[in-house]
Amino acid sequence: MNLFGRIRRRKMTSREIAKERLRLVLVQDRFKVPSKFLEDVKEAMLLSVDRYLEVDREGVEINLNRKDKYHVLVASIPIKGIKRKAG
Amino acid sequence: MEAKVITITSGKGGVGKTTATANIATALAMAGNTVVALDADIGLRNLDVMMGLENRIVYDLVDVVEKRCRLRQALIRDKRFPNLFLLPAAQTRDKSAVQPADLIRVCEELRPEVNFILIDSPAGIEHGFHTALAPADEVLVITTPEVAAVRDADRVIGLIEAQEKGPVKLIINRIKPEMVAKGDMLTVEDVLEILAVDLVGIVPEDTSIIVSANKGVPVVLDHSSPSGQAFKNIASRLLGKEVPFMELKGRENILDRLSKLFRFQ
Repeated sequence: MNLFGRIRRRKMTSREIAKERLRLVLVQDRFKVPSKFLEDVKEAMLLSVDRYLEVDREGVEINLNRKDKYHVLVASIPIKGIKRKAG
Repeated sequence: MEAKVITITSGKGGVGKTTATANIATALAMAGNTVVALDADIGLRNLDVMMGLENRIVYDLVDVVEKRCRLRQALIRDKRFPNLFLLPAAQTRDKSAVQPADLIRVCEELRPEVNFILIDSPAGIEHGFHTALAPADEVLVITTPEVAAVRDADRVIGLIEAQEKGPVKLIINRIKPEMVAKGDMLTVEDVLEILAVDLVGIVPEDTSIIVSANKGVPVVLDHSSPSGQAFKNIASRLLGKEVPFMELKGRENILDRLSKLFRFQ
């Protein structure tokens, strides 16, 4: 993922690195999916949102959080603007 | 009386299951409850040494299960609290010596006589873990604010919930406020956000834990110890009392506060 890119951009604290690593490894553990699974979900979502909105791709965050017995997909997609196009 | 059975587990080893069991059991007994601390870690027993009762063991859990003695004969009364008992694990056998149905039977026999049965689970997610879970009315998961421990906690929480033994209550152990203040340790909030379970206690890193383990005297008996206070708070919460969570301030924060106080800046 863009973990290492982020470290270069803004120096992450070891706490932040731990949190990000945990999030990623828990998605693999909970769903038995490869590590790039969330990255794929993110790309697919951006592809559809991209038609209507101008997105700040760097700031996109996608997480799978546990809520009671279920998991919730939480996407935070910063918007720069709305694409106004005919049709 | 109808005892509540509480299992303490973690997935990862070395995060403080046995220490937590000994201390919460002692704190519940100090509050006037009749408590049995049950060591389900067959083959690697340690609850006896944590409670300072290792020299008094005659019979153990496997002797009870295999009917070499009556349950009452295997219970060891604590040195300090006459209402606190230890049911030790066998040291010479392995985890398969006690089946889930056996532990359920032992707990059913104890239930009418006591207020609480605290079960110290073995590490791991194999047979011994499932046995320790079987009689539980409530499960406490203990973790430290480290990637490996939180990952394993997540795994056991999933297994506990799949067995309809939830909702799990979480203890976060060995928090170092100075490291949290520097951004070098996961915070309580980080761990709760990731695991999404209810918190029942936060325990600061405390050197008096080592001293208490050396002596075989639970740290809740050391009234100046912060971790002792944290375990007493957990016992109070298990008794249904609302106790605010400890404020764990790092050294930097105290200096910050002092400088504000004296208007140094």
